[in-house]
Amino acid sequence: MNLEAIREKIGYQPLLLGFVALLASGALAVVSDATGPAIAAAEAKDLRDSLSEVLPAGMADNDFLKDTVDLQKDGKTVTIYRARHGSEMKAVLFKVAERGYAGDIQVLMAVDMDGRTLGVRVLKHTETPGLGDKIEVKKDDWVLDFNGKSLADPAPEKWGVRKDNGVFDQFAGATITPRAVVKAVKGGLEFFAARKQEITG
Amino acid sequence: MSENSKIFKDGLWEQNVVFAQMLALCPTMAVTTSGTNGLGMGLATTAVLIVSNILVSLIRKTVSSQVRIPVFVVLIATLVTIVDMAINAWLHELYKVLGLFIALIVVNCAILGRAEAFAVKNGVVASAVDGIAMGLGFTGALTVIGLIREFLGAGTLFAQASQLLGPSFAFLEVKVAGYGGALLMILPPGAFAVLGFLLAGKRIIDQKLAERSVPAAQPATA
Repeated sequence: MNLEAIREKIGYQPLLLGFVALLASGALAVVSDATGPAIAAAEAKDLRDSLSEVLPAGMADNDFLKDTVDLQKDGKTVTIYRARHGSEMKAVLFKVAERGYAGDIQVLMAVDMDGRTLGVRVLKHTETPGLGDKIEVKKDDWVLDFNGKSLADPAPEKWGVRKDNGVFDQFAGATITPRAVVKAVKGGLEFFAARKQEITG
Repeated sequence: MSENSKIFKDGLWEQNVVFAQMLALCPTMAVTTSGTNGLGMGLATTAVLIVSNILVSLIRKTVSSQVRIPVFVVLIATLVTIVDMAINAWLHELYKVLGLFIALIVVNCAILGRAEAFAVKNGVVASAVDGIAMGLGFTGALTVIGLIREFLGAGTLFAQASQLLGPSFAFLEVKVAGYGGALLMILPPGAFAVLGFLLAGKRIIDQKLAERSVPAAQPATA
């Protein structure tokens, strides 16, 4: 019997489908196995690079990717990276998120032991291009305004955009986005203040 | 006209994925916020399209017509996932720029469309040529739409092209001084507007070409 005749048999279809699915899964398993370690290494390097960006140089001599503690915050797990110089803890780094105009804005921040922000970067957002994306340090240095701020400076009621009588600039045409970032950073500082024992312990 | 140059003419103009077949409009609208994004999506799609056309053409005699669609879908999805993982692992810098596009290729109906319309009926070489031609046509369309939207919307051309193509391509990046851009063109309505005008333009050119080549032709409906 030639191929054309076999091809039309009813039993041929499921066998073929099964065979194709098996081949595809096999190929994916092999590739996943081969690329797994390289992907994990690349992602760890990405994380280290972004953490290093908010942490001023010379603050840490430990591998803060390994010195972590996981805490629960609003039902979610927050991983806290602890930067030490010698035996002394100098700063902690963690991610906070707040709902912006078009979705969650992920913010990475570094806080020193006195509760002052050392650096803030927006990791991921889906805000309107051209209006809300000034929160990216590539587009605008607005996010650098947070450096050195703490819950006491400015006063808690001044932690807002100018429209809300705060000290932070808003953008023309976009108030919700910077408001969300300010709220996220303030929330992060409050989280640090409230949980300092657990974070440093 | 030789067979291959006909395939190229089809891919680039006559049967252009976006402007004639009107396929893959979802990724087209979504990523063409800049010329660089359009180019990146186009090139990534071209690579997958060539390989998928070759594979489909190779197995076209084994696969029966009743189950061909699920077989092709599994094949294309597997291919895209492998490409995604490989670029993420070994070309991680490129992945940070292209990563967004690669996953989108799975839902690009142009790839299944070419498998169905061409590769399943033609030999391996012709299918590979078709993949190149259709891919380049798609890349061209996306780049043109992206450049127009970027120019009108942000006042730049090929912004961040050096991140995608390497530092030696930094000369492509142009910025119009003193023009802030009309944001609407970057937002989704701009995609619809630009695509609409380009489609209308292509129709007019095709009409003019047809009139010129057959001056005394009867109307087609006669």
